[in-house]
Formats: sequence, C-alpha cells, structure tokens
Amino acid sequence: MSIEIKDIHKSFGEDHILQGFSLYVREGETLSIIGPSGAGKSVTLKTIIGLITPDSGEVWVDGKNVHTILRPELYELRRQVGYVFQFAALFDSMSVGENVAMGLRRIKGMTEGDIQKRVSYCLHIVDLGGAEERRPAELSGGMRKRAGLARAIATQPKYLLYDEPTTGLDPVTKTTIDSLISRMSEELGVTGIVVTHDMESAYGISDRIAMLHEGSIRFVGTPDDVRGTDDPVVKGFVEGRPELSRNVPV
Amino acid sequence: MAPIRHDVEDSEFELHGLSAPVRSVGRWVMAGVGSVGKGGHLAARAVGTLRQVDIWGPRLVPLLVTIGVASIPIALFTLTFTGMVLAIQASYTFTGTVPDYFVGALVGKTVILELGPALTALALAGRVGASIASELGTMRVTEQIDALESLAYDPVAYLVVPRVLAGMFMFPVITVFSLVVGIVAGWLTSLAMLDVTTPEFVKGLRLFFDTYDVQFALIKAWSFGLVVTGVGCFYGLQTSGGAEGVGHATTRAVVAGSMIILVLDAFWAAVLL
Repeated sequence: MSIEIKDIHKSFGEDHILQGFSLYVREGETLSIIGPSGAGKSVTLKTIIGLITPDSGEVWVDGKNVHTILRPELYELRRQVGYVFQFAALFDSMSVGENVAMGLRRIKGMTEGDIQKRVSYCLHIVDLGGAEERRPAELSGGMRKRAGLARAIATQPKYLLYDEPTTGLDPVTKTTIDSLISRMSEELGVTGIVVTHDMESAYGISDRIAMLHEGSIRFVGTPDDVRGTDDPVVKGFVEGRPELSRNVPV
Repeated sequence: MAPIRHDVEDSEFELHGLSAPVRSVGRWVMAGVGSVGKGGHLAARAVGTLRQVDIWGPRLVPLLVTIGVASIPIALFTLTFTGMVLAIQASYTFTGTVPDYFVGALVGKTVILELGPALTALALAGRVGASIASELGTMRVTEQIDALESLAYDPVAYLVVPRVLAGMFMFPVITVFSLVVGIVAGWLTSLAMLDVTTPEFVKGLRLFFDTYDVQFALIKAWSFGLVVTGVGCFYGLQTSGGAEGVGHATTRAVVAGSMIILVLDAFWAAVLL
C-alpha cells in the first residue's frame, strides 16, 4: 500500500500554495520533503490525512481517496496513520501518559493494562520513560516533541507523517529521533513522509528526497542524487546558497 | 444582455457617498448568513455524533462539574443582589398605592419569569461561553484539534457534544438555585429594610404563583444552556490566528451568546405566555 498525491491545488486567499503537486510514496520507504518555509510542506502533510481539503486533485492512501470517503471510513483510515506535529500539539489538559494513550483508546479490545504497558514502552523508546504523570507544560520543547512522537507511534501505524521532527532539538536527541524514524521503516516496514529543513537528517533517514518549490515538486531522487544534482534551485537550497537559484526559470 | 458596468455603479455610489456603507452592510449580512450556515452545519454534525457515546460519554461528568457546579456561586451572587434590589424598588413603587404584600408578588413573579433565568444565563454567558470559546480556540491555534482528528476522534463528538449536553442539563439546575436565592434575598431585604412582614411577603408570593411559571423558567434556562455552550463551541472551533484570534473568538462568543439569549427570551415570552 502506498500514498499517492495527484495534481493537488490549494489556495489560501490570494496565495496559491500548491500548484499541481504530485508525488508517489512507495510502500515501506521513507521520503523526505524539503523546501523553503511557506512552500506548502505542512499543508501537504495535512492534505494527506484529510485535515485540509484541496481545491482540486486527489490523495490516495491505502487505496482510498482521502477526500471522497465518508467520515467513519476516514477515521478508520487515520488509525493507520501517525502524525507528528511540528509543535507537538499535546493536549495540555492531560498528562503525557494520557496523551500517548489517546489513540490506543480508540482500538477495540485493548485493556487498560495493555494501554498502560504500551504507553510506558513508547515513552521509553523516545527517552521519556517515567514521564507518564508529567503535564505537557512541565516539559521542554524537545521533550514535548518526543512525547508527540510517542503518541504518533503508539498505535503502530502503517504510515507516519513527520512535520519537522528534529527542528529545535539538541544533537543527541536529534540522533535518537533520526534512528527511531529509520527503525520504524527498517524493522516495522512503516511508510514515512518527513517534512524537514534539516539536510543532515534528510540524508541520513531518507530513501528518497523530494523538493517542493513554487507549489510543485521540483526534484525527486535518492540522497546521492540530491548531492550530485546540477539543478541550481535544489543545489542552492541544500547548500544554503540562494544566489545559485536566482534568475532560474521555474 | 449587456454586461453590468461595475465601474459605473461604483462611481455612482461613491458620488452619493453610499459605496462604503452599502458595502459594509453587504459584508455584515454575508458574514451573518455565513455564520448561520456554519452554525447549522455544526448543529447537524453534533446531532449526527450523538450516537458516539463512547467518545462523549466519559467527558460528560467532568464537564457537568466545570460548567455547572463551578458556575453556581456567580449565579447566586447575581440573583442575591437582584432579589434585594427588586424588593426595595417594589416597596418604593407601591408605598401608599397598593398593599405591602405586593412586594412579595412582584419579587416572586419577576424573579421566576424573567430575571432568574435571564440574568443567570447572561452571567454564565460571560463565564461558561468565554471559557469554552477560549479553550477550544487555544486548542485550534495550537493544532490540538488537528491532533484529535489525526487520532481518529471526531472533535464535534469529543469537544462539542459533551459541553452542550452539560449546558442543557446544568443551566436549569443552576436556575432553580438562582430562583430560590433571588426570592429569599427579596424576603430578607423586606424584613430587614422595609415594613413588610414574613406573612405579608409570603401572602404576596402565593397570590400570583403558578407552577407553570417555573416550567417556563426551566424551558428558558434549558434553551439558554444550549445557546451559551453551542455559541462558545462554534466560535472556539472557528478560531484562527494566534492569541489575538482567541481573544476575538472569546469576545464574539460572549456578545453573540448574550444577544441570542435576549432574542430567545422575547421569543419564549411571545410563544409560551
């Protein structure tokens, strides 16, 4: 099963953010989407899970058209998809443990004991073991992000969407998150889409990297393809040299 | 058919100084119609998610406490002073014209029919409506509602339904307390500050008392509970932007909630009395 985005257009007021965006994500691969801020990377992720409806185009996940299926079917599909939010989006009225348990409580047949075991395990693998009773407000930014990741992986989804999972983290935590993303793909066969600005992470965790530019995909290739590309827009972005991409036709 | 010349129309409006006000009214009407449509859509979704008891059921009891029990002090405070003022004003108005026991009649009738339900609802529009709009608005701008959706929870079932049900159940309960306290405050004021005795006050109170009045008050309170919580949820979910957006949503929830309460108050009076 895969994720396929077909010719998506999305505008917010006068801003035409996505302009014919198409992308195919293969089963089991980790694909990173890079691109400048405001290019529509997060909008793309939210479109995939049906949080944003495109003006036109189609998104297919697990063989289902996300924007035409009925709401109960959409919620069923979302149980197969984990989403790591850019700013964690933890429920601040609940403890960290309750946050991680939220998705599990939607799974029929899980006992309270099973849920607590799974919560402890997920918090442990993001180095937050024992933080079940803490409130999100008591956590640092990095810890919140890891708690958000624990919540996303708790239900053992087939797909994981990461919105800037390593932005703002210290190098050690960043490495932990990167290896976790790689493990999810290699050991569990999870299909992942990572939106990131962090090229070091993107090179380390990705099977392929896609660059979003001016509302559509400018480039898709392996990390080696990205390193060796002559495309001045891609080169300018990954090397942090905007002068390379000036005066380049779209 | 010749195309409409917008440039000519616009310049004619400008000539008479009408363009800006007409456009403002047009925008205001369009926004109002849009809000009614979105509100209707939200209401329909809320009714549709009532069967998801597994989602809203566990949330109901804590919300009965936060929306209902925690609101009792402000409602009682409001009606205590209202009952006192009513007694004093009734005495001031009636002295030398009608018997003193009419103080009890006026306090009872006014508190039960009008001021008890309406003032309680207006006070709670500030407390409950604002609290719901700011909480849901903050959840919206911090992506917590998106997170709920991503975890396969319907936000309407999880956030809206239990709040509205709690409001519909607890507003009548709080109103009953308010009615009692308003009348007791009027009675104690009559004893302490006016030349009205307890038997006179009770005589007046019983003279025009009708159990239908209490039913009328409870129906109004039920509908006010629906409006205050529903409007709070609506504006909370519509929030966009950051802290400023949450502030706007909160203000709109209180203003719109209060206005609808007053309109509904008149509606029930016309229909049920």
